[in-house]
Amino acid sequence: MTSGIEVVITGLGATTPLGGDVTSTWDALLAGKSGVRPLTHDWVEKYELPVKIASQLVVDPTEVLPRVEARRLDRSEQVAIVASRQAWSDAGHNDDTVDKQRLAVIIGTGIGGAITLLTQDDLLETQGLRKVSPLTVPMLMPNGPAAHVGLELKAQAGVHAPVSACASGAEAIAWAYRMIMSGEADVVVAGGAEACITAIPVAGFSQARTMSTRNDEPEKASRPFDTGRDGFVLGEGAGVMVLERREFAEARGAKIYGRLAGIGTSADGYHITAPDPEGVGQSRAIAASLRSGGIDPSDVGHVNCHATSTPVGDVAETVAIRKAIGDHPVLTAPKGALGHLLGAAGAVEAIITVLSIRDGVVPQSLNLENLDPAVSLDVVAGEPRKIKLDAAVNDSFGFGGHNVALAFTPA
Amino acid sequence: MSDNVLTGLAEIVEEVAGVAADDVTAEKSFVDDLDIDSLSMVEIAVQAEDKFGVKIPDDELANLKTVGDAVNYITSNK
Repeated sequence: MTSGIEVVITGLGATTPLGGDVTSTWDALLAGKSGVRPLTHDWVEKYELPVKIASQLVVDPTEVLPRVEARRLDRSEQVAIVASRQAWSDAGHNDDTVDKQRLAVIIGTGIGGAITLLTQDDLLETQGLRKVSPLTVPMLMPNGPAAHVGLELKAQAGVHAPVSACASGAEAIAWAYRMIMSGEADVVVAGGAEACITAIPVAGFSQARTMSTRNDEPEKASRPFDTGRDGFVLGEGAGVMVLERREFAEARGAKIYGRLAGIGTSADGYHITAPDPEGVGQSRAIAASLRSGGIDPSDVGHVNCHATSTPVGDVAETVAIRKAIGDHPVLTAPKGALGHLLGAAGAVEAIITVLSIRDGVVPQSLNLENLDPAVSLDVVAGEPRKIKLDAAVNDSFGFGGHNVALAFTPA
Repeated sequence: MSDNVLTGLAEIVEEVAGVAADDVTAEKSFVDDLDIDSLSMVEIAVQAEDKFGVKIPDDELANLKTVGDAVNYITSNK
Protein backbone atom coordinates (compact mmCIF):
# COMPACT_ATOMS: atom_id res chain seq x y z
CA MET A 1 0.00 0.00 0.00
CA THR A 2 1.24 3.43 -0.81
CA SER A 3 -0.42 5.13 2.17
CA GLY A 4 1.86 3.40 4.64
CA ILE A 5 -1.13 2.79 6.90
CA GLU A 6 -1.68 -0.75 8.17
CA VAL A 7 -4.73 -2.12 9.98
CA VAL A 8 -4.15 -4.58 12.82
CA ILE A 9 -6.42 -6.55 15.14
CA THR A 10 -5.91 -5.95 18.85
CA GLY A 11 -9.02 -7.36 20.52
CA LEU A 12 -11.54 -10.15 19.97
CA GLY A 13 -14.94 -10.87 21.48
CA ALA A 14 -17.70 -13.35 20.73
CA THR A 15 -20.66 -15.22 22.08
CA THR A 16 -21.65 -18.17 19.94
CA PRO A 17 -23.42 -21.53 19.92
CA LEU A 18 -20.02 -23.07 20.71
CA GLY A 19 -19.10 -20.87 23.67
CA GLY A 20 -19.71 -17.69 25.61
CA ASP A 21 -16.41 -16.14 24.54
CA VAL A 22 -13.67 -16.42 21.92
CA THR A 23 -11.50 -18.96 23.72
CA SER A 24 -14.31 -21.41 24.47
CA THR A 25 -15.63 -21.03 20.91
CA TRP A 26 -12.19 -21.70 19.40
CA ASP A 27 -11.54 -24.68 21.68
CA ALA A 28 -14.95 -26.22 20.93
CA LEU A 29 -14.41 -25.72 17.21
CA LEU A 30 -11.04 -27.49 17.28
CA ALA A 31 -12.55 -30.25 19.45
CA GLY A 32 -15.16 -30.97 16.78
CA LYS A 33 -18.19 -29.90 18.82
CA SER A 34 -21.47 -28.82 17.23
CA GLY A 35 -23.63 -25.89 18.37
CA VAL A 36 -26.78 -27.30 16.80
CA ARG A 37 -29.51 -28.45 19.18
CA PRO A 38 -33.22 -29.28 19.04
CA LEU A 39 -35.62 -26.33 19.26
CA THR A 40 -37.79 -26.68 22.32
CA HIS A 41 -40.01 -23.61 21.68
CA ASP A 42 -43.75 -24.19 21.54
CA TRP A 43 -44.00 -22.46 18.15
CA VAL A 44 -42.23 -25.34 16.43
CA GLU A 45 -45.16 -27.69 17.03
CA LYS A 46 -47.79 -24.95 16.92
CA TYR A 47 -46.99 -24.03 13.31
CA GLU A 48 -45.82 -27.52 12.33
CA LEU A 49 -42.51 -26.11 11.17
CA PRO A 50 -40.44 -28.53 9.11
CA VAL A 51 -37.25 -27.31 10.84
CA LYS A 52 -36.94 -28.32 14.49
CA ILE A 53 -33.26 -27.52 15.12
CA ALA A 54 -31.11 -24.41 15.50
CA SER A 55 -27.65 -23.41 16.57
CA GLN A 56 -28.31 -21.76 19.92
CA LEU A 57 -26.14 -19.76 22.30
CA VAL A 58 -24.36 -21.67 25.05
CA VAL A 59 -24.44 -18.69 27.40
CA ASP A 60 -27.64 -16.68 27.34
CA PRO A 61 -26.84 -12.94 27.28
CA THR A 62 -29.36 -12.33 30.07
CA GLU A 63 -27.10 -14.41 32.34
CA VAL A 64 -24.22 -12.01 31.67
CA LEU A 65 -25.93 -8.63 31.56
CA PRO A 66 -27.55 -6.83 34.50
CA ARG A 67 -31.34 -7.34 34.52
CA VAL A 68 -32.38 -3.77 33.80
CA GLU A 69 -29.85 -3.36 31.01
CA ALA A 70 -31.02 -6.60 29.40
CA ARG A 71 -34.70 -5.64 29.47
CA ARG A 72 -33.96 -2.44 27.53
CA LEU A 73 -32.19 -4.32 24.72
CA ASP A 74 -33.32 -6.62 21.96
CA ARG A 75 -31.50 -9.96 22.05
CA SER A 76 -29.45 -8.92 18.98
CA GLU A 77 -28.31 -5.85 20.94
CA GLN A 78 -27.58 -7.91 24.03
CA VAL A 79 -25.16 -10.18 22.18
CA ALA A 80 -23.50 -7.18 20.50
CA ILE A 81 -22.89 -5.59 23.89
CA VAL A 82 -21.54 -8.83 25.34
CA ALA A 83 -19.08 -9.42 22.48
CA SER A 84 -18.03 -5.76 22.31
CA ARG A 85 -17.20 -5.58 26.01
CA GLN A 86 -15.04 -8.67 25.65
CA ALA A 87 -13.22 -7.27 22.61
CA TRP A 88 -12.72 -3.83 24.15
CA SER A 89 -11.28 -5.26 27.33
CA ASP A 90 -9.20 -7.84 25.41
CA ALA A 91 -7.66 -4.96 23.43
CA GLY A 92 -6.58 -3.35 26.70
CA HIS A 93 -8.64 -0.26 26.01
CA ASN A 94 -10.27 1.89 28.63
CA ASP A 95 -11.89 5.29 28.73
CA ASP A 96 -8.59 7.12 28.20
CA THR A 97 -6.77 5.08 25.57
CA VAL A 98 -8.28 6.71 22.50
CA ASP A 99 -9.71 10.10 21.59
CA LYS A 100 -13.44 9.44 21.19
CA GLN A 101 -13.50 11.49 17.98
CA ARG A 102 -10.99 9.00 16.53
CA LEU A 103 -13.06 5.98 17.63
CA ALA A 104 -15.77 4.38 15.48
CA VAL A 105 -18.20 1.50 15.94
CA ILE A 106 -19.49 -0.54 13.01
CA ILE A 107 -21.74 -3.48 13.80
CA GLY A 108 -23.95 -5.09 11.20
CA THR A 109 -26.94 -7.36 11.46
CA GLY A 110 -28.95 -9.27 8.90
CA ILE A 111 -32.41 -9.19 10.45
CA GLY A 112 -32.19 -6.81 13.43
CA GLY A 113 -34.72 -6.81 16.23
CA ALA A 114 -37.20 -9.31 14.82
CA ILE A 115 -38.01 -10.77 18.22
CA THR A 116 -38.88 -7.32 19.58
CA LEU A 117 -41.05 -6.50 16.57
CA LEU A 118 -43.00 -9.72 16.97
CA THR A 119 -43.30 -9.48 20.75
CA GLN A 120 -44.54 -5.89 20.63
CA ASP A 121 -46.93 -6.60 17.77
CA ASP A 122 -48.35 -9.40 19.88
CA LEU A 123 -48.77 -7.02 22.84
CA LEU A 124 -50.50 -4.46 20.63
CA GLU A 125 -52.89 -7.11 19.32
CA THR A 126 -53.71 -8.65 22.67
CA GLN A 127 -53.42 -5.81 25.20
CA GLY A 128 -53.50 -2.61 23.17
CA LEU A 129 -51.35 0.48 22.77
CA ARG A 130 -50.64 1.05 26.46
CA LYS A 131 -48.65 -2.17 26.71
CA VAL A 132 -46.36 -1.41 23.76
CA SER A 133 -42.91 -0.57 25.08
CA PRO A 134 -41.62 2.97 24.47
CA LEU A 135 -38.33 1.24 23.69
CA THR A 136 -39.84 -0.70 20.77
CA VAL A 137 -38.17 1.30 18.01
CA PRO A 138 -34.65 1.49 19.47
CA MET A 139 -34.91 -2.22 20.18
CA LEU A 140 -36.02 -3.31 16.73
CA MET A 141 -33.98 -0.98 14.52
CA PRO A 142 -31.13 -2.77 12.71
CA ASN A 143 -28.66 -0.06 13.73
CA GLY A 144 -29.56 -0.78 17.36
CA PRO A 145 -26.58 -3.09 18.09
CA ALA A 146 -24.12 -0.54 16.65
CA ALA A 147 -25.86 2.38 18.34
CA HIS A 148 -25.82 0.81 21.79
CA VAL A 149 -22.15 -0.18 21.56
CA GLY A 150 -21.28 3.24 20.14
CA LEU A 151 -23.08 4.92 23.01
CA GLU A 152 -21.36 2.81 25.60
CA LEU A 153 -17.91 3.60 24.17
CA LYS A 154 -18.89 7.21 23.35
CA ALA A 155 -17.52 6.64 19.84
CA GLN A 156 -17.75 9.83 17.79
CA ALA A 157 -15.77 9.20 14.60
CA GLY A 158 -18.88 7.41 13.36
CA VAL A 159 -21.33 4.68 14.26
CA HIS A 160 -22.52 2.56 11.35
CA ALA A 161 -24.58 -0.54 10.71
CA PRO A 162 -24.10 -2.30 7.40
CA VAL A 163 -27.08 -4.43 6.48
CA SER A 164 -26.16 -6.93 3.79
CA ALA A 165 -27.79 -10.11 5.04
CA CYS A 166 -25.24 -12.80 5.77
CA ALA A 167 -22.34 -10.58 4.70
CA SER A 168 -23.17 -7.85 7.26
CA GLY A 169 -20.57 -8.82 9.88
CA ALA A 170 -17.79 -9.03 7.31
CA GLU A 171 -18.90 -5.81 5.65
CA ALA A 172 -18.61 -4.08 9.02
CA ILE A 173 -14.97 -5.19 9.23
CA ALA A 174 -14.35 -4.09 5.63
CA TRP A 175 -15.89 -0.72 6.48
CA ALA A 176 -13.59 -0.47 9.51
CA TYR A 177 -10.60 -1.07 7.25
CA ARG A 178 -11.69 1.75 4.97
CA MET A 179 -12.19 4.17 7.86
CA ILE A 180 -8.72 3.51 9.20
CA MET A 181 -7.02 3.55 5.78
CA SER A 182 -8.73 6.83 4.88
CA GLY A 183 -7.63 8.42 8.13
CA GLU A 184 -11.15 8.84 9.55
CA ALA A 185 -10.44 6.77 12.67
CA ASP A 186 -7.57 5.28 14.66
CA VAL A 187 -9.62 2.59 16.37
CA VAL A 188 -12.76 0.83 15.14
CA VAL A 189 -14.86 -1.69 17.04
CA ALA A 190 -16.43 -3.78 14.28
CA GLY A 191 -18.44 -6.94 13.89
CA GLY A 192 -21.87 -8.45 13.56
CA ALA A 193 -24.77 -9.50 15.77
CA GLU A 194 -27.79 -11.69 15.15
CA ALA A 195 -30.47 -13.22 17.33
CA CYS A 196 -33.67 -14.04 15.49
CA ILE A 197 -34.38 -17.67 16.28
CA THR A 198 -38.13 -17.37 16.29
CA ALA A 199 -41.05 -18.64 14.28
CA ILE A 200 -41.25 -16.29 11.30
CA PRO A 201 -37.58 -16.38 10.20
CA VAL A 202 -37.60 -20.17 10.53
CA ALA A 203 -40.89 -20.34 8.60
CA GLY A 204 -39.64 -17.95 5.91
CA PHE A 205 -36.29 -19.64 5.37
CA SER A 206 -38.08 -23.01 5.36
CA GLN A 207 -40.48 -21.87 2.69
CA ALA A 208 -37.50 -20.74 0.63
CA ARG A 209 -36.23 -24.32 1.00
CA THR A 210 -32.87 -23.13 2.27
CA MET A 211 -32.74 -24.92 5.65
CA SER A 212 -31.68 -28.37 6.71
CA THR A 213 -34.47 -30.62 7.98
CA ARG A 214 -32.15 -33.25 9.42
CA ASN A 215 -34.08 -32.93 12.68
CA ASP A 216 -33.23 -36.37 14.00
CA GLU A 217 -29.48 -35.67 13.95
CA PRO A 218 -29.08 -32.00 14.92
CA GLU A 219 -25.30 -32.10 15.34
CA LYS A 220 -24.93 -33.57 11.84
CA ALA A 221 -27.36 -31.23 10.08
CA SER A 222 -24.88 -28.53 9.04
CA ARG A 223 -22.44 -30.24 6.69
CA PRO A 224 -20.84 -27.86 4.18
CA PHE A 225 -19.24 -29.45 1.10
CA ASP A 226 -20.61 -32.89 2.03
CA THR A 227 -22.67 -34.80 -0.53
CA GLY A 228 -25.43 -35.22 2.09
CA ARG A 229 -25.92 -31.49 2.77
CA ASP A 230 -29.51 -30.26 2.61
CA GLY A 231 -29.46 -26.63 3.73
CA PHE A 232 -28.17 -24.37 6.46
CA VAL A 233 -28.95 -24.35 10.18
CA LEU A 234 -30.08 -21.04 11.65
CA GLY A 235 -27.81 -19.74 14.40
CA GLU A 236 -27.45 -16.79 16.73
CA GLY A 237 -24.56 -14.89 18.30
CA ALA A 238 -22.12 -12.05 17.86
CA GLY A 239 -18.50 -11.50 16.93
CA VAL A 240 -16.62 -8.24 17.41
CA MET A 241 -13.03 -7.25 16.80
CA VAL A 242 -11.06 -4.14 17.65
CA LEU A 243 -9.12 -2.87 14.63
CA GLU A 244 -6.48 -0.17 14.87
CA ARG A 245 -3.99 1.75 12.83
CA ARG A 246 -0.77 -0.18 13.44
CA GLU A 247 1.24 2.83 14.61
CA PHE A 248 -1.49 3.73 17.10
CA ALA A 249 -1.66 0.19 18.49
CA GLU A 250 2.11 -0.13 18.76
CA ALA A 251 2.46 3.24 20.44
CA ARG A 252 0.17 2.12 23.25
CA GLY A 253 1.90 -1.25 23.50
CA ALA A 254 -1.12 -3.29 22.45
CA LYS A 255 -0.83 -6.98 21.67
CA ILE A 256 -1.49 -7.66 18.01
CA TYR A 257 -3.35 -10.77 16.83
CA GLY A 258 -2.82 -10.22 13.14
CA ARG A 259 -3.23 -7.81 10.30
CA LEU A 260 -6.22 -7.13 8.10
CA ALA A 261 -4.13 -6.63 4.99
CA GLY A 262 -6.86 -6.11 2.42
CA ILE A 263 -10.58 -6.18 1.77
CA GLY A 264 -12.74 -6.69 -1.28
CA THR A 265 -16.44 -6.13 -1.83
CA SER A 266 -18.63 -6.69 -4.86
CA ALA A 267 -22.20 -7.42 -5.88
CA ASP A 268 -23.42 -10.24 -8.08
CA GLY A 269 -26.13 -8.45 -10.04
CA TYR A 270 -27.56 -11.91 -10.60
CA HIS A 271 -30.44 -13.04 -8.32
CA ILE A 272 -32.00 -11.99 -5.03
CA THR A 273 -31.16 -15.25 -3.21
CA ALA A 274 -29.23 -17.57 -5.51
CA PRO A 275 -25.48 -17.15 -5.96
CA ASP A 276 -24.09 -16.82 -9.45
CA PRO A 277 -23.05 -20.44 -10.17
CA GLU A 278 -20.00 -19.14 -12.03
CA GLY A 279 -18.89 -17.27 -8.90
CA VAL A 280 -18.00 -14.15 -10.90
CA GLY A 281 -18.94 -11.56 -8.27
CA GLN A 282 -17.50 -13.63 -5.44
CA SER A 283 -14.19 -14.11 -7.22
CA ARG A 284 -14.00 -10.37 -7.89
CA ALA A 285 -14.37 -9.67 -4.17
CA ILE A 286 -11.67 -12.22 -3.29
CA ALA A 287 -9.31 -10.87 -5.95
CA ALA A 288 -9.89 -7.32 -4.76
CA SER A 289 -9.03 -8.28 -1.17
CA LEU A 290 -5.69 -9.68 -2.35
CA ARG A 291 -4.99 -6.71 -4.61
CA SER A 292 -5.71 -4.15 -1.88
CA GLY A 293 -3.55 -6.15 0.53
CA GLY A 294 -0.64 -6.52 -1.88
CA ILE A 295 -0.94 -10.31 -1.52
CA ASP A 296 0.05 -12.68 -4.29
CA PRO A 297 -2.60 -15.42 -4.76
CA SER A 298 0.13 -18.04 -4.46
CA ASP A 299 0.76 -16.89 -0.87
CA VAL A 300 -2.83 -17.56 0.26
CA GLY A 301 -2.61 -20.82 2.21
CA HIS A 302 -6.15 -20.95 3.51
CA VAL A 303 -9.70 -19.83 2.84
CA ASN A 304 -12.23 -19.72 5.67
CA CYS A 305 -15.31 -20.32 3.54
CA HIS A 306 -18.78 -18.86 3.68
CA ALA A 307 -20.14 -22.31 2.70
CA THR A 308 -23.50 -22.60 4.45
CA SER A 309 -24.30 -26.23 3.63
CA THR A 310 -26.71 -25.46 0.80
CA PRO A 311 -26.44 -27.59 -2.35
CA VAL A 312 -25.84 -24.69 -4.78
CA GLY A 313 -23.95 -22.11 -2.71
CA ASP A 314 -21.10 -24.30 -1.50
CA VAL A 315 -20.06 -25.28 -5.02
CA ALA A 316 -20.36 -21.75 -6.42
CA GLU A 317 -17.93 -20.54 -3.77
CA THR A 318 -15.32 -23.10 -4.74
CA VAL A 319 -15.60 -21.98 -8.35
CA ALA A 320 -14.91 -18.41 -7.18
CA ILE A 321 -11.96 -19.50 -5.01
CA ARG A 322 -10.41 -21.39 -7.88
CA LYS A 323 -10.82 -18.39 -10.17
CA ALA A 324 -9.41 -15.79 -7.79
CA ILE A 325 -6.75 -17.77 -5.93
CA GLY A 326 -6.22 -21.19 -7.47
CA ASP A 327 -6.62 -24.77 -6.26
CA HIS A 328 -3.88 -24.70 -3.61
CA PRO A 329 -5.56 -23.12 -0.53
CA VAL A 330 -6.67 -25.34 2.32
CA LEU A 331 -10.38 -24.78 2.99
CA THR A 332 -12.63 -25.02 5.99
CA ALA A 333 -16.29 -24.14 6.60
CA PRO A 334 -16.91 -23.20 10.24
CA LYS A 335 -20.69 -23.29 9.72
CA GLY A 336 -20.49 -27.08 10.02
CA ALA A 337 -20.04 -26.51 13.74
CA LEU A 338 -21.48 -23.04 14.29
CA GLY A 339 -24.52 -23.13 12.04
CA HIS A 340 -25.30 -19.95 10.16
CA LEU A 341 -25.15 -16.84 12.33
CA LEU A 342 -26.45 -14.67 9.43
CA GLY A 343 -25.30 -11.10 10.08
CA ALA A 344 -22.87 -12.26 12.77
CA ALA A 345 -21.37 -15.07 10.68
CA GLY A 346 -18.77 -13.01 8.83
CA ALA A 347 -17.47 -11.43 12.02
CA VAL A 348 -17.25 -14.66 14.03
CA GLU A 349 -15.59 -16.42 11.10
CA ALA A 350 -13.14 -13.54 10.61
CA ILE A 351 -12.12 -14.05 14.24
CA ILE A 352 -11.62 -17.76 13.54
CA THR A 353 -9.47 -16.90 10.51
CA VAL A 354 -7.29 -14.59 12.60
CA LEU A 355 -6.82 -17.35 15.20
CA SER A 356 -5.98 -19.87 12.46
CA ILE A 357 -3.11 -17.63 11.35
CA ARG A 358 -1.98 -16.92 14.90
CA ASP A 359 -1.97 -20.58 15.98
CA GLY A 360 -1.05 -22.13 12.63
CA VAL A 361 -4.04 -24.44 12.64
CA VAL A 362 -7.10 -24.74 10.43
CA PRO A 363 -10.17 -26.26 12.14
CA GLN A 364 -11.89 -29.18 10.47
CA SER A 365 -15.06 -28.61 8.50
CA LEU A 366 -17.48 -30.49 10.75
CA ASN A 367 -19.57 -33.30 9.26
CA LEU A 368 -17.56 -33.50 6.05
CA GLU A 369 -17.75 -37.24 5.44
CA ASN A 370 -18.09 -37.48 1.68
CA LEU A 371 -16.67 -34.52 -0.21
CA ASP A 372 -18.92 -33.38 -3.04
CA PRO A 373 -16.97 -34.30 -6.19
CA ALA A 374 -17.95 -30.92 -7.68
CA VAL A 375 -15.82 -29.24 -4.98
CA SER A 376 -12.47 -30.94 -5.74
CA LEU A 377 -10.49 -28.67 -3.41
CA ASP A 378 -8.61 -29.53 -0.23
CA VAL A 379 -11.15 -29.16 2.61
CA VAL A 380 -9.95 -30.02 6.12
CA ALA A 381 -11.99 -32.95 7.46
CA GLY A 382 -11.93 -35.07 10.59
CA GLU A 383 -9.49 -33.11 12.73
CA PRO A 384 -7.72 -29.75 12.69
CA ARG A 385 -4.69 -29.40 10.43
CA LYS A 386 -1.49 -27.67 11.48
CA ILE A 387 -0.28 -25.34 8.77
CA LYS A 388 1.81 -22.17 8.84
CA LEU A 389 -0.13 -19.45 7.10
CA ASP A 390 1.33 -16.38 5.38
CA ALA A 391 -2.10 -15.18 4.31
CA ALA A 392 -5.70 -16.35 4.67
CA VAL A 393 -8.96 -15.14 3.20
CA ASN A 394 -12.38 -15.12 4.87
CA ASP A 395 -15.38 -15.17 2.52
CA SER A 396 -18.86 -13.87 3.34
CA PHE A 397 -21.79 -13.65 0.98
CA GLY A 398 -25.39 -12.55 1.52
CA PHE A 399 -28.88 -12.71 0.06
CA GLY A 400 -29.03 -9.81 -2.36
CA GLY A 401 -25.75 -10.80 -3.98
CA HIS A 402 -23.46 -9.03 -1.50
CA ASN A 403 -19.89 -10.36 -1.49
CA VAL A 404 -17.16 -9.53 1.01
CA ALA A 405 -13.66 -10.97 1.28
CA LEU A 406 -11.22 -10.15 4.06
CA ALA A 407 -7.52 -10.94 3.61
CA PHE A 408 -5.57 -11.48 6.83
CA THR A 409 -1.82 -11.87 7.38
CA PRO A 410 0.27 -12.52 10.51
CA ALA A 411 0.91 -9.76 13.02
CA MET B 1 -48.28 10.95 51.93
CA SER B 2 -49.34 7.34 51.43
CA ASP B 3 -46.64 4.84 52.40
CA ASN B 4 -48.40 2.13 50.45
CA VAL B 5 -48.31 4.17 47.25
CA LEU B 6 -44.67 5.10 47.82
CA THR B 7 -43.72 1.47 48.38
CA GLY B 8 -45.64 0.30 45.33
CA LEU B 9 -44.17 3.03 43.14
CA ALA B 10 -40.66 2.23 44.34
CA GLU B 11 -41.16 -1.40 43.31
CA ILE B 12 -42.14 -0.27 39.81
CA VAL B 13 -39.15 2.05 39.55
CA GLU B 14 -36.83 -0.74 40.62
CA GLU B 15 -38.35 -3.15 38.09
CA VAL B 16 -38.18 -0.70 35.17
CA ALA B 17 -35.07 1.35 35.87
CA GLY B 18 -33.03 -0.74 38.28
CA VAL B 19 -32.97 1.92 41.01
CA ALA B 20 -32.94 0.22 44.41
CA ALA B 21 -36.40 0.62 45.96
CA ASP B 22 -34.88 2.08 49.13
CA ASP B 23 -33.46 4.97 47.09
CA VAL B 24 -36.88 5.91 45.73
CA THR B 25 -37.85 8.51 48.31
CA ALA B 26 -40.31 11.41 48.13
CA GLU B 27 -37.84 14.25 47.59
CA LYS B 28 -35.99 12.56 44.71
CA SER B 29 -36.30 13.90 41.17
CA PHE B 30 -36.91 11.14 38.63
CA VAL B 31 -34.59 12.72 36.06
CA ASP B 32 -31.94 14.52 38.12
CA ASP B 33 -31.57 12.16 41.06
CA LEU B 34 -32.68 8.75 39.80
CA ASP B 35 -31.37 9.13 36.23
CA ILE B 36 -34.63 7.92 34.70
CA ASP B 37 -35.17 8.87 31.05
CA SER B 38 -38.42 9.89 29.39
CA LEU B 39 -38.88 6.45 27.84
CA SER B 40 -38.67 4.74 31.21
CA MET B 41 -41.08 7.31 32.68
CA VAL B 42 -43.70 6.22 30.16
CA GLU B 43 -43.26 2.62 31.22
CA ILE B 44 -43.40 3.53 34.91
CA ALA B 45 -46.61 5.52 34.34
CA VAL B 46 -48.32 2.61 32.54
CA GLN B 47 -47.39 0.20 35.33
CA ALA B 48 -48.53 2.71 37.97
CA GLU B 49 -51.87 3.11 36.22
CA ASP B 50 -52.40 -0.64 36.35
CA LYS B 51 -51.21 -1.03 39.92
CA PHE B 52 -53.15 1.87 41.46
CA GLY B 53 -56.13 2.12 39.12
CA VAL B 54 -55.47 5.74 38.12
CA LYS B 55 -55.17 7.54 34.81
CA ILE B 56 -51.98 9.52 34.25
CA PRO B 57 -52.43 11.58 31.06
CA ASP B 58 -49.26 12.77 29.30
CA ASP B 59 -49.73 16.41 30.33
CA GLU B 60 -50.01 15.35 33.98
CA LEU B 61 -47.03 13.00 33.68
CA ALA B 62 -44.91 15.94 32.55
CA ASN B 63 -45.61 17.69 35.87
CA LEU B 64 -44.56 14.78 38.04
CA LYS B 65 -40.95 15.83 38.66
CA THR B 66 -40.34 14.10 41.96
CA VAL B 67 -41.35 10.82 43.49
CA GLY B 68 -43.44 12.83 45.98
CA ASP B 69 -45.29 14.55 43.11
CA ALA B 70 -46.20 11.15 41.71
CA VAL B 71 -47.29 9.72 45.06
CA ASN B 72 -49.50 12.76 45.71
CA TYR B 73 -51.05 12.62 42.25
CA ILE B 74 -51.76 8.90 42.53
CA THR B 75 -53.16 9.24 46.07
CA SER B 76 -55.56 12.05 45.17
CA ASN B 77 -56.73 10.54 41.87
CA LYS B 78 -57.24 6.86 42.62
